[in-house]
Amino acid sequence: MAKLHVETTINGESTEILVDPQQSLLETLRDGLMLTGAKEGCNDGNCGACTVIMDGRTVNSCLVLGAEAQDADITTIEGLATPRGLHPLQQAFLENAALQCGICTPGFLISSKSLLDSNPNPSEEEVRFWLAGNLCRCTGYDKIVRAVLDAAKEMKAGN
Amino acid sequence: MATTTTVEQKTTEKVIGTRPIRHDGVDKVTGRAIYGADINLPKMLHVKILRSPHAHARIVSIDTKQALDIPGVKAVITGEDLPEPPSQMQNLGEGAANLRFLSDNAMARTKALYKGHAVAAVAATELYIAEEALSAIKVTWEILPAVLDTESAMAEGAPLVHDDLPQRPMEGDQAPPPNVARYFRFNIGDTQQAFEESDTVVEREFRTQMVHQGYIEPQTATALWKEDESLTIWCSSQGHFNVRDQTSNILQIPVSSIKVIPLEIGGGFGGKIGSTIYPVISLLSKKAGVPVKYSMTRAEVFEGTGPGSGTHMRVKIGAMKTGKITAVDVSLSYEAGAYPGSSVASGCQNMFSPYVIENAFIEGFDVIVNKPKTAAYRAPGTPQAAYAGESIIDEVAESIGMDPIDFRLLNVAEEDDSRVDGTKHRVIGAKETLEAIKNHPHYKSPLNGPNQGRGVAIGYWGNAGMTSSCSLIVNGDGTVNLVEGSVDIGGTRTAIAMHAAEVLGIPAEDIHPVVADTESVGMTSITAGSRTAFASGWAAYEAAQGVLKELIERAATVFETTPDQVVHEDGTFRSVSDNDKKLTFKELAGRLQRVGGPVIGQATITPRGVGTAFGADIVDVEVDPETGKVQVLRVTAAQDVGRAIHPSYVEGQIQGGVAQGIGWALNEEYVFNDEGVMQNPGFLDYRMPTSLDLPMIEAVLVEKRNPGHPYGARGVGEVPIVPVMASVANAVYRATGVRYQALPMSPGNIIAGLTQKDH
Amino acid sequence: MKPFEYVKPNTLAEAISALDAGGEDARALSGGTDLIVQMRAGRNVVGNVIDVKGVTETNVISHSKKDGLTIGSSVPCYRIYNDEGIKKTYAGLVDSVSIIGGTGIQGRASLGGNLCNAAPSGDGIQSLIILGAVANVEGPNGARQIATEDFCTAPGQNALNPGELLVSLSVPEPESNAGAHYLRFIPRNEMDIAVVGVGASVVLDAEKKSIVSARISLASVAPTPLFVEAAGDALKGTEIASDSVEKAAIFAQEAARPIDDMRGTADYRLHLVGVLTKRALKVAIERAENQ
Ligand SMILES: Cc1cc2nc3c(=O)[nH]c(=O)nc-3n(C[C@H](O)[C@H](O)[C@H](O)COP(=O)(O)OP(=O)(O)OC[C@H]3O[C@@H](n4cnc5c(N)ncnc54)[C@H](O)[C@@H]3O)c2cc1C
Ligand code: FES
Ligand code: FES
Repeated sequence: MAKLHVETTINGESTEILVDPQQSLLETLRDGLMLTGAKEGCNDGNCGACTVIMDGRTVNSCLVLGAEAQDADITTIEGLATPRGLHPLQQAFLENAALQCGICTPGFLISSKSLLDSNPNPSEEEVRFWLAGNLCRCTGYDKIVRAVLDAAKEMKAGN
Repeated sequence: MATTTTVEQKTTEKVIGTRPIRHDGVDKVTGRAIYGADINLPKMLHVKILRSPHAHARIVSIDTKQALDIPGVKAVITGEDLPEPPSQMQNLGEGAANLRFLSDNAMARTKALYKGHAVAAVAATELYIAEEALSAIKVTWEILPAVLDTESAMAEGAPLVHDDLPQRPMEGDQAPPPNVARYFRFNIGDTQQAFEESDTVVEREFRTQMVHQGYIEPQTATALWKEDESLTIWCSSQGHFNVRDQTSNILQIPVSSIKVIPLEIGGGFGGKIGSTIYPVISLLSKKAGVPVKYSMTRAEVFEGTGPGSGTHMRVKIGAMKTGKITAVDVSLSYEAGAYPGSSVASGCQNMFSPYVIENAFIEGFDVIVNKPKTAAYRAPGTPQAAYAGESIIDEVAESIGMDPIDFRLLNVAEEDDSRVDGTKHRVIGAKETLEAIKNHPHYKSPLNGPNQGRGVAIGYWGNAGMTSSCSLIVNGDGTVNLVEGSVDIGGTRTAIAMHAAEVLGIPAEDIHPVVADTESVGMTSITAGSRTAFASGWAAYEAAQGVLKELIERAATVFETTPDQVVHEDGTFRSVSDNDKKLTFKELAGRLQRVGGPVIGQATITPRGVGTAFGADIVDVEVDPETGKVQVLRVTAAQDVGRAIHPSYVEGQIQGGVAQGIGWALNEEYVFNDEGVMQNPGFLDYRMPTSLDLPMIEAVLVEKRNPGHPYGARGVGEVPIVPVMASVANAVYRATGVRYQALPMSPGNIIAGLTQKDH
Repeated sequence: MKPFEYVKPNTLAEAISALDAGGEDARALSGGTDLIVQMRAGRNVVGNVIDVKGVTETNVISHSKKDGLTIGSSVPCYRIYNDEGIKKTYAGLVDSVSIIGGTGIQGRASLGGNLCNAAPSGDGIQSLIILGAVANVEGPNGARQIATEDFCTAPGQNALNPGELLVSLSVPEPESNAGAHYLRFIPRNEMDIAVVGVGASVVLDAEKKSIVSARISLASVAPTPLFVEAAGDALKGTEIASDSVEKAAIFAQEAARPIDDMRGTADYRLHLVGVLTKRALKVAIERAENQ
């Protein structure tokens, strides 16, 4: 089948890509654009390792078609840090040792960013609820939740 | 929150015990770190594997012609393509496996022994073409009766999974039951008499289901077989030397022709030690002449990799009114899966190791069933047995009216006490770990409502040593490159680097650790057995000693004196005779070129001073008596860690182990139908805990130093899962009045238990 | 995933003609959280994927006292539970859409997709049923309305004819003194499929003493979402202080036809129907009292 021409914005840069209709956004990012920060853990929406932000909302990129990225604004883990340095969440994850194997980390960081974008001052319960779609098998979530709460504090102080 | 209890106060280290940011951290929070599936090579093909839809079936014929005719399909292999293996034992680290079984498990030749067993593989230009090719492969099956649990497998007249299973006679020349691959027995004292003299005797049966490690990264690897017959494998495994050796054995090609490049690994927990995929993709690459990549789907991970054993356990225990345990009599049957090699022996050895028990009979059966071949899973074999042992200990303590921690303390093992297998304990912290939970405010705090309960339990794990290698290269700017062979699954690069930094008196940040491929560092065993920070850290320590010795000689040259006149303190080299003559590590590094060239150090070690580990938990739960749902409210997990090299990552291991244990206790299980087909091969219905299911997990680090390690470290990764299921079960008992003797304690099972109690 | 054609029409008419042209082979795509999973697993072989998110009518949320609430079929869950008007007036609906999947799923998953997917466990469907919602459908032969309790016909099967599109859902403005609640039982606290779910809505009399009318709907206890009229009728005219809630629970249990599967045994499910019906009604009544 013919490839589709898709124009989209990824991490602030407008991008043109050719996708097969059956290609997921996750495959498009990883195999087509070599943005391998989003990971595949399940390919059915249950682990959150593939999470990206699309038009301001987190989505599981394994359940979005590459074709659906047309005209969308997408942020991946590769777009979180700036030339000025790491995002406060990234820094907080490092300082709190909130990653062990690290495979879930990009998904958690992206989900956490979207949480703090909409709720800069979340409670522990709110963090746990928001991140429930992201599985981590290594950490028991303790240090992840602390890192997000710390980053929220840090970002408030920085503002 | 975490607290550290130091048993002996002797801390002089500057780097050990601090919390530097991990060296690979920035790569891992920016998405730059390259994991197994992140690799893309020119002309790379994609692999799909055809798997048996039946739990037990003879392959009458396989026809791959039509698949090969599909445009884009470049290679197809079946079991016939694997070399016929000699029957030879191979050391796989945690558990030995017969090479023939290993090879058969990689791809079935004549019979498929479980649903998910690989029978053919395809490499094609696109994944969907490979998928299409799978449906074009025609297999004719003759379905055979399957055995799906230990009891039916061991019953007289049970269908045999292997026609030619080598069986050794049991004690007294008795033939073992059908499908039993191995039989273990520990027998000390006189249990019969001891039971007769006991004030109380309790006997119970326990059952647990098959569970998965649940690593988030599916198994994946890429292989390139080149024209010169050399083979390169990129993988995310728990040990690339192991991948190399296993592939060499199965394919019968020299190890020197194989290079294995370790990529970052997304969790393993024992499940990525041995894998069946490397020989398969290597042969596909050989046929296709280009690189091939294979990544499992999540369903394949559940059905086609090694889970942890399901078990059936019978335990009898006797005690005196005073609280002294008199005897235990135990029979453990573990599912090995389709090939021999469950971890039942570890269950037998470890389940009562926290205690002094003079009369014990413990036997274990390694039972073949038509399910995936089991693999190691965090403290392999021990959490199941500890669940049974620590549940019944709790019941005995209650029956004689003793506090469950006091009962355990009364029987606790200390240095020089013997375990049931006859080995003597070295310096251990079982007692201190129990005291840590007894004295913790959590244990004294009240519960806050009806239907709540509190449980405790302790667990033991032996830890491993094995072999590690490391080299160090001093750079001109005073930093040091550290080359090691241990795959880093949870911050071990940093823990290892901290050993070298401590010796050299420089900050951990000045060490640059690299995990090198099989051609660039000495042989290093798997990242498993809680050995990595302990043994590879120790290798770094030894290599740093070599560097230090050489640097002292170089400093002597600069100071125009002899090496015995140079001292090294806190990263500064100083002349004993002339106080003005001193050089910082950095200054000396800058001068090395002029006094003999670069300095390197290397070491390879196979340490003996392995320190065993104990962990004890307090768990509070609340049970909804109407729905059967168990909510874990609070957990405190104390563990003797010897010396926490990097406390954050030690806490992380404890918290992660507790989380996995809670999943195992409450919801995780393989659900099979009567035909042996797994009903829940996905994260939706194989329910691992989410962030919303768990509370914060308080880790209490008990530091009773291991005299067998330069800084007193013990392995920390595995023991934290061991006591969890029992602590949860004991808490659920106190909340409901029901002792649940089967896992998981899922809501439906809780209600069934409550209903039974009311009748 | 098997290859297919993808189109994204911009108008309702285009969408309908694309669906019609594709026939059996065509499927509408909203959030894709069911469809893509099913296509990837080979459970749903589709030749033409018609992305209907470009159609204005599938994206609206409109709300007025007179016409009630209209939600476009493709509107994702998060837009529903973030809508102030809906939060205030349709708490029962918010219960459902805020538990479907996790936050990532809620960024895509739609109420329309939940209904069309016709899973017996669909959490959104129950709230639609208890709130008396109707499905606005349009196809090559014109527009029609289908009561949401009649929409699902078998597991994964719905009442749409080939070429027909679910355009939106209309939920009537609740009467005064009305309250609704949906709750489900899952073994974890999130990211699970209902072992059993129960939706309940009630309308109380002016004194808020007795029940004027009630609707009860059950998830995961029959091949389709199950609207249990008898249970609602049992509550009609009864005092809220009476044991009528218990009686309604028994009616619900009698209507349920659960099976054994890996998510629960039939016995356990029946037990849960009783427990959850009482819990759902209790909250629905409380909400009505607080109106
Ligand atoms: C991880 C995960 C968790 C989930 N958790 C839950 C849960 O807790 N509760 C629950 O109920 N569901 C759950 N689901 C299922 C799913 O998310 C919901 O059913 C969701 O509401 C489907 O909406 P969608 O927009 O994604 O539908 P789609 O996948 O786009 O479509 C679903 C079906 O409806 C059809 N369709 C879509 N739009 C139209 C239209 N306008 N007209 C005609 N047909 C149409 C499609 O062709 C398809 O057959 C979960 C799914 C995942 C992956
Ligand atoms: S890979 Fe997308 S949710 Fe798991
Ligand atoms: S750190 Fe390994 S899965 Fe989260």
